[in-house]
Amino acid sequence: MAYSEKVLDHYNNPRNMGSFGKDEDGVGTGIVGAPECGDVMKLQVKINEDGVIEDAKFKTFGCGSAIASSSLATEWLKGRTVEQAMAIKNTEIVDELDLPPVKIHCSVLAEDAIKAAVSDYVDNKDKNED
Amino acid sequence: MTIATPIYMDYQSTTPMDPKVLDAMMPYFVDTFGHPASRNHSFGWAAEEAVDKAREQVASLIGGTAREIVFTSGATEGINLAIKGVAEMYAEKGRHMVVSVVDSRPVLDVLKRLERDHNLEVTTVPVDKNGRVAAEDIKNALRPDTILVSVMMANNEIGTVQDMAAIGTVCKEAGVIFFTDASEAAGKVPVDVQAMGIDLLTIAGHKMYGPKGVGALYVRRKKPRVRLAPQIDGGGHERGMRSGTINVPGVAGLGEACALCEQLMAEESKRVAALRDRLEQGILAECDEVEVNGDTDHRLPHNTNLSFAYIEGESMLMGMKDVALSSGSACTTATLEPSYVIRALGVSEELAHSSIRFSLGRFTTEEEVDFVVKQVIESVNHLRAMSPLYEMAKEGIDLSTVQWKGD
Repeated sequence: MAYSEKVLDHYNNPRNMGSFGKDEDGVGTGIVGAPECGDVMKLQVKINEDGVIEDAKFKTFGCGSAIASSSLATEWLKGRTVEQAMAIKNTEIVDELDLPPVKIHCSVLAEDAIKAAVSDYVDNKDKNED
Repeated sequence: MTIATPIYMDYQSTTPMDPKVLDAMMPYFVDTFGHPASRNHSFGWAAEEAVDKAREQVASLIGGTAREIVFTSGATEGINLAIKGVAEMYAEKGRHMVVSVVDSRPVLDVLKRLERDHNLEVTTVPVDKNGRVAAEDIKNALRPDTILVSVMMANNEIGTVQDMAAIGTVCKEAGVIFFTDASEAAGKVPVDVQAMGIDLLTIAGHKMYGPKGVGALYVRRKKPRVRLAPQIDGGGHERGMRSGTINVPGVAGLGEACALCEQLMAEESKRVAALRDRLEQGILAECDEVEVNGDTDHRLPHNTNLSFAYIEGESMLMGMKDVALSSGSACTTATLEPSYVIRALGVSEELAHSSIRFSLGRFTTEEEVDFVVKQVIESVNHLRAMSPLYEMAKEGIDLSTVQWKGD
């Protein structure tokens, strides 16, 4: 199977690859997938007091399309509000990366990772405010 | 030094043809084009002579006689003819067959169809963590109505070579026909149907530097005489077992390929094994948490199968775009299941997703091996830096205790 130029670019030059400390202020962490399924994505967002995502980072175990989907997600997240982030759909990722049908699950996982990371931030914030 | 890329390290998928094989085939397309079954003119006799010579060459490689060789279109056809042919011919004797869990996909698929449509019962025998079948387990799986045992001589993914003589002895004692898919083994390691007690054996030209689309099935004629119900009816060629005009150039090529393998095997297997070891050691010296899958004592000289923990196989291959390799990762197949062979070793699904097969061959060079080692190391470092699993493992988290959201 041939990869799209964009998938190859994200694979070779991953954007925002790395980790924030889980206990850093304003950080939400989402880990989705399972090793036995061949995909695990960790996506982290750093959100400021105005509810805007200032920074995002990822680490992914998975095929090239999974890596590209999560790398792209971190690019898109920066500058978005929590609401805007939650509105990102996997189909947008499919379109941007030209993912073939067998790789659609990679984009679904990336959407799940975004939601998990943002929800984690919201939960932490609620706990701190309690 | 520059090196020609891409580098081919997927010899177990298919081999390039040896130029000498092509030379042996060339006369039989335009000049000596006759039908080997034409008995009353010289065109036919010349073609028959070529086929007879090839039959001797194939038989010699595996320790059989020329009259026991049936030419086919490849290993898959040989598998179909052997297993379905026995199931039909010996239907009254029994409806039970025994197979190893690491037999090739065509063997398992043929048996699945016979189970589903033809009332056959199949017992699958497991392997140890190195992929070896115990003769004792075969023995215990036999029933009074068992008519065939199938054990692949050497596995295509992990290269584990089975103890054929021990399994052959068990089959002989029980009077059960012993079939083997030897398409990965023939020409690479010594094969002797007498010493190994093999009754049916299939090979493929394209796995041994011969042409694609041609293969052979060995069918024992004595002690016992094995009979097969033909699966292709027609003019009664190949002693009635496989009708259809013989592919004379292909068969001449297969014969030459067998002769070359027989001639070169001792030297070639040493040279290729040394390159394989150089590859394996080069990688293991620089990368931690890499597992060798298979049996390091009993394996093909040209294969190594490695699991790179915390890295998914397809992404590994993607990083090594100048090298042709194959992976046990689900992502490289249509099934979304990781390799059943690696899983049969008791390896976790996660490590099965992380497995890569390197297969070398006649034309692999030391420079190529060194280039591949370098690429593997770079790719492993790139992907582990990106792997959340590697990060967690390095933090001391036991991944087997994590509750994954995707479960």
